[in-house]
Amino acid sequence: MAVPEAHRAIDAVWRIESPRLIAGLARILRGDVGAAEDLAQEALVAALEKWPQTGVPRNPGAWLMASARNRAIDQLRHRRVAERRHEDLGRELDAGGQAAVEELDAAIDDDIGDDLLRLIFTACHPVLSTEARVALTLRLLGGLTTDEIARAFLVPEATVAQRIVRAKKALADAEVPYEVPRGADRAARLASVLEVIYLIFNEGYLATAGDGLVRPGLCEEALRLGRILAELAPAEPEVHALVALMELQASRLHARMGPSGEAVLLADQNRGRWDQLLIRRGLAALERAERAGGTPGPYALQAAIAACHARAPTVEETDWPRIAALYGDLARRTPSPVVELNRAVAVGMALGPAAGLELADALTSEPALASYHLLPAVRADLLARLGRFDEARREFERAAGLTRNERERRLLLGRAASL
Amino acid sequence: MRFLVLGKATKESEAGVLPDQKDVLEMGKFNEELVKAGVLLAAEGLHPSSKAVRIRFSGGKPTVIDGPFAETKELVAGFMIWQVRSKEEAIEWAKRAPVFNDGEMELRPIFEMEDFCADFAPEEREQYRDRVLKPAEELRVQAAAKTQR
Repeated sequence: MAVPEAHRAIDAVWRIESPRLIAGLARILRGDVGAAEDLAQEALVAALEKWPQTGVPRNPGAWLMASARNRAIDQLRHRRVAERRHEDLGRELDAGGQAAVEELDAAIDDDIGDDLLRLIFTACHPVLSTEARVALTLRLLGGLTTDEIARAFLVPEATVAQRIVRAKKALADAEVPYEVPRGADRAARLASVLEVIYLIFNEGYLATAGDGLVRPGLCEEALRLGRILAELAPAEPEVHALVALMELQASRLHARMGPSGEAVLLADQNRGRWDQLLIRRGLAALERAERAGGTPGPYALQAAIAACHARAPTVEETDWPRIAALYGDLARRTPSPVVELNRAVAVGMALGPAAGLELADALTSEPALASYHLLPAVRADLLARLGRFDEARREFERAAGLTRNERERRLLLGRAASL
Repeated sequence: MRFLVLGKATKESEAGVLPDQKDVLEMGKFNEELVKAGVLLAAEGLHPSSKAVRIRFSGGKPTVIDGPFAETKELVAGFMIWQVRSKEEAIEWAKRAPVFNDGEMELRPIFEMEDFCADFAPEEREQYRDRVLKPAEELRVQAAAKTQR
């Protein structure tokens, strides 16, 4: 095998195997994910030296694990010697390190799922900043290199590398236990995991940085993480709900982009371009979330709204009363003026423009929306539908003055002029 | 990127012989691994070509041809859709598939929106979308509308 070809093959093996490798090693090393990743990396380097000559072994994952395992045993022996020197004989182990070997083998044979779950919870631990959680999750669970993460987020590679180093140190300093949280802690910790995954997705879907409207690569990474998590924690309704929400939103990725790269609003999208495979997967995930029971959480409500759109052949045939009710539930769960504005739009579609306008008008004194162009844009649309054209024109113009997007500004001024 | 993974037909699959319990278990394990890794998006097995039909067009005129079809190795016995990061990753997964005797898989990358545009400058991309993709899309929508009527 030619060397570059072998390297690409090894790279693929790494992406498949590294999360399980790191997750298993971290448990042996008592939650030291930094050391676990170093050991896994060393095993990878050994593979890069050896495999171009010998070819990729038949079970490359086992090869990497065996190689890392030997290194882990060496390291544990060294640590224990050091511990003895410090007269810390509390956990005395037999001289040959036999216990370590057995522990390792048990860990390798063990269901790796629990370790992967521990790794996700550790990477998304609240002691870390959001950026650190995102970088560490993509690195440890996505198998991405720092360079790949840097390119995805359009930041210098050194920044990402530093974030990861600091994150590992922060985890060690805080002595974060390597465990799947239970009881009351679990819900809060799970929320942090879901937040990280959805953040990665949205960075791809909304592309806040860069010149592209979307970055599908990040959406794919987030979806993959979500799908993995749904297999690891199948009893958690909000995990399935997040997967449903992402699958349904991703189904519209291509339709969201117009011929010259501009955003196309949901109402104007060519529904023939929606990805039916992802819609089916999204609806199935939502069903799993509902079957898992409990009061629908914020992700389940958002996914249910996305599902209403996905099922509708046209804007007019959309189940607007249900969407309005779901936004009402969402507003009660996570009150926010933006959710309330969305509710106004849905109510405007379900019950007519007057009812929608009443809700939108109540938001005009909301400080958080003072410079939010969509509030006057929504009001303008509702006013126009009520035949109050002069007021509608003024609101469209006000919205045009508030938006920072040039294309949107022209669109709004065009609508004002057409009245 | 997504791949259409084609499992090629064998003498057995064409004869309608179902795999035995042990093989089914092995295949189930492989599929489960793909699902756990977030790779598997869809998977279906196909009836033998004796139950298939082909619609062949000649000069725009369709002819219906009933199966079975002779060229076993070129036939498809099942398919999956995988979401992977690279062709190498798809190959690595495919190598792990339980193939019990002789067999062949074919990995076909699925066109994504980016593929149409990657080699073009932004203006060219716009032109390409306007002149090629949009008319094609319209044709597809028209065709779909016709079949719905």
